[in-house]
Amino acid sequence: MTGATLHGLAAAILIGLGVFGLIAHASPLRKILAFNIVGSGVFLLAGALARRGAEAGFGGDPVLHAILITGIVVAFSATAMATAMLLRLRSVTDRTTLAETPPRHDADPPA
Amino acid sequence: MTAWLDSAALILLIGLAAWVVLGRNTFAAVAGFIAYGMLLGLVWVELQGIDVAMTEAAIGGGLTGALMIGAARRLKSAAPVAPATAGTLVIAIGVGAAMAAILAACVLALPNPAPSLASLVAGNIAATGVQNPITAVLLAFRSMDTLLEAVVLLLALIAVWSLAPDAEWPGRIGVPQTANPNGILAYIARVLPPIGLVIGFYIFWAGADQPGGKFQAATILAAMWLLIISAGLGKTPPVSSRWLRAGLIAGPIGFILVGAYGVASTGAFLGLPAAYAKPLIVTIEIALLPTLTLILALLIPPPLRKRAEA
Repeated sequence: MTGATLHGLAAAILIGLGVFGLIAHASPLRKILAFNIVGSGVFLLAGALARRGAEAGFGGDPVLHAILITGIVVAFSATAMATAMLLRLRSVTDRTTLAETPPRHDADPPA
Repeated sequence: MTAWLDSAALILLIGLAAWVVLGRNTFAAVAGFIAYGMLLGLVWVELQGIDVAMTEAAIGGGLTGALMIGAARRLKSAAPVAPATAGTLVIAIGVGAAMAAILAACVLALPNPAPSLASLVAGNIAATGVQNPITAVLLAFRSMDTLLEAVVLLLALIAVWSLAPDAEWPGRIGVPQTANPNGILAYIARVLPPIGLVIGFYIFWAGADQPGGKFQAATILAAMWLLIISAGLGKTPPVSSRWLRAGLIAGPIGFILVGAYGVASTGAFLGLPAAYAKPLIVTIEIALLPTLTLILALLIPPPLRKRAEA
């Protein structure tokens, strides 16, 4: 098994973990974090593909690397926008969830 | 030895991801995410992607981490969210595991030899005048991607600004911070920025021929600016400021002008005549640097009004 395959398998696990968190968490901030784990897993998977394409004296396919840099920056801007929407939701409705029914305020706080 | 280091780093990476996803405390999860971003940077070094490693550590770990810490702090007092039901958890485990399994099967079934554009880049890089293949791809071979990326960043900032409450518009986004002028934060905010400026501009300039470039440099410069703002030594500019708006559009406008010059000189938008390729690439990078620095810094949510806590 080559190093690139190992990285590809690790990326698959990261994406699976992130998808789990995206569905399981009700809190949008945790969803954003989980989505970033999915994103970094996808980038790592592309990194494994780039490493497999190493030739002509380069350690990896430079076209994929350049697209990854673009991807990381765009992912950051999407995260910033999602966070801004969440903070605005909080300041307008005082809620931090997208659930249909507002959460009960008399519920016990978590330990 | 390297294979071993590889596996150890990957196991640690998966452990940190599990911490971020499974941890109960949001703040601890955010802290884990920053560590995850830094470790991911190291993994990128192992994958021979130094440029990507720098971007991941600076933007994926550092800047996204700062964004998440700010958001977690603001949401600390929010009403607790109901935990997931058993049904949701079962679905989440099922979908996550299925996704990981399918992707792992795909990774094991990848074709040999792997398709690659590396030889094409190596064959044509001499025409661009730069020696860093990543810079050649970003600003010559696939420069349309980079132009659209700069526009996406600008649109993201406009979207974030559009979410500002009416009462704060059009004022300064965020409130001026006050910090103890003799405290450690104010001290670091005085000592670090000159060093950060030199490092940032070096990485910017070195990016033509060595790993580095405008994105990594812009992140460092943005971090220095944020440090000065959070120590109360500087203020965020009002959104109506003319120099701010000029800086924000300098990158896309400069890029489009170079593209238009390409139509006149080579017959293709963003085409670069071989004789002037390097100066044109440097022109685009110089135009993009202030735009990227301003946008990356302003996308971080503005600091809160200091409460009794400090």
